[in-house]
Amino acid sequence: MNDTPHGDAGTDPAEVVARLRDRATFIRTETVRLIEIAKVGHYSSVFSAAEILATLYYDVMHLTPERPDDPDRDRFTIGKGHAAVGMYPILADLGYYPMSALDTYAHLGSAFGDHPDMTKIPGIDFSSGSIGHALSNGIGMALAGRMEGRDFSVFVMLGDGEMQEGQVWEAAMSAAHHKLDRVVAIVDRNGFQLDGEVDDIIGIEPIAEKWRAFGWRVVEVDGHDVEAVRTVLREAKHREPDGVPTCVIARTSKGKGVAYMEEEPGWHLGYLAPQDAERAVAEIRNTKTKGADV
Amino acid sequence: MSSTLDAGSWQYRALNELNPGLDYLSLGLEDLVAAGAPVVAGTADLTYSNGLNRFQASHPDRFVQFGISEQHMVSAAAGMATAGTMPFVATFASFLGLLCCEQIRMDVAYTKLPVRLVGHHTGISLGFYGTSHHATEDISTMRAIAGLTVVSPADGPQLRAAIRASADWPEPIYFRISRGRDPQVYGDGVEFEFGKGIEHLRGTDVTIIACGILVHAALQAAERLAEEGVSVGVVDMPTVKPLDEDLVRDVAGRTGVIITAEEHNIIGGLGAAVAEVLAEHPGGARLFRHGIRDEYSLIAAPTRLYAHYRLDGPGLAEVVREQLEPRS
Repeated sequence: MNDTPHGDAGTDPAEVVARLRDRATFIRTETVRLIEIAKVGHYSSVFSAAEILATLYYDVMHLTPERPDDPDRDRFTIGKGHAAVGMYPILADLGYYPMSALDTYAHLGSAFGDHPDMTKIPGIDFSSGSIGHALSNGIGMALAGRMEGRDFSVFVMLGDGEMQEGQVWEAAMSAAHHKLDRVVAIVDRNGFQLDGEVDDIIGIEPIAEKWRAFGWRVVEVDGHDVEAVRTVLREAKHREPDGVPTCVIARTSKGKGVAYMEEEPGWHLGYLAPQDAERAVAEIRNTKTKGADV
Repeated sequence: MSSTLDAGSWQYRALNELNPGLDYLSLGLEDLVAAGAPVVAGTADLTYSNGLNRFQASHPDRFVQFGISEQHMVSAAAGMATAGTMPFVATFASFLGLLCCEQIRMDVAYTKLPVRLVGHHTGISLGFYGTSHHATEDISTMRAIAGLTVVSPADGPQLRAAIRASADWPEPIYFRISRGRDPQVYGDGVEFEFGKGIEHLRGTDVTIIACGILVHAALQAAERLAEEGVSVGVVDMPTVKPLDEDLVRDVAGRTGVIITAEEHNIIGGLGAAVAEVLAEHPGGARLFRHGIRDEYSLIAAPTRLYAHYRLDGPGLAEVVREQLEPRS
């Protein structure tokens, strides 16, 4: 059940994919717009995850914006919480709050900051900011959901650098042990963290083997190929229960959509002055990520 | 093969039979379940130490074994609380209050989720197990976390009552409990009110404000001192936060000296909480904070340690006498 995409992506696969690509573009351009308000932000962390976020929110997850606390809604938690600036426009677009609410982004007392806050923002299932907690939060949701007889899936997005946190592996071990097949971890494998390349800082490979060794089913996918991402996430959600949680390793490009960001990892955190922002938006609109019509 | 064990032998899984006091955590949770609360219990490989094996047996479908992953347990408990349950997670106070401090702050307290954290084997009660297992900083760390209620019951019956009362308490709670074989102050059926101290004795010379197992020690000390003609008041202050400020100010107005007693560093604990009240509302009473004086506690069997640090009845009586001596 719960196969009711709320994002109105449609039913024709080609149309859905085109729609999701359009929404990924929307996420990127809105990110540029919002960061302009704060004068600082995490562009490239959002850009690597844009297709995944679009696919989850507009197609895969069962969402109830009219009832954000619906106990049977699917859940999403995010360990790389600094990508929240890309989530806020989605939630507004879906109707959790008016788009104009985002005008307060980063203002004094605003609900909307660099990391998502469940106590202030409808549609945020769990707060983050402290790296390494989100998988545990999601596992707790799944445990309670099973106890309470609820029917929902939990999607958890992790940064690849986040896998350096020990708590991630405590959680990974726990999910398999407790047979939480409604948990789907998505590793945004963009290869970079704040100080440089993940594999130079503290290498995490071979990550697929690690997750498998912890008892997970592992699926690898091009994280910018909407059609492939959609297939993988829908399969993860709808497959027959077998007690095995799913880890999707999404190979992505940090800064995807803006060429100079893809080439320069420093854009993990930065600011585009107005002219550069305009050029970035133009490039984002012209970039063709993979999809049904490519 | 028939057992050839000596009658004095015991093993870990028989702890509950040896120490019925360990049942009170589970008893409280069973009360809550019976009252319809969506309780979930979890622990980190310590079911026999905290007696949750009883709850695990009575409600296996409401119990989660997290293994040795305390931080994950706290974050997962927060996730469980978002999905309609009231999780109680328990582990040694030393680990919960320090190792999981940040998970408690961000996932439990800032989110205002109805998670109940149970830190057991408080203070120096783990004796010779060593300083790693001594919890003399947990009141301080938990008290500093905004929105977190801190409760240190005097014994098992009061813990059970506090757990029952927690059904209607809107904030996340840190319960600081001892090891289950502590002398009882209260009988079964005692009531509990969050945020309220309990004045056991009204004294005119000095008032001891205590929490946890020091309440029993304070009552013992008061009895001894009464025989010597000293009038000692005793206040049990189980809710360290929010503190019963009215009662503190009240006793400060009635007695010349207040002595706080706790098995915790005097920095940041119950004594500090009382000092903060008296600093803002000077009532004329002089305050002495008795506890661990900013040091790492020695190792020894618990009874020896409590005597060494004067955290038992005779020791606390000595402390009171010293504080009542004429001061030049």
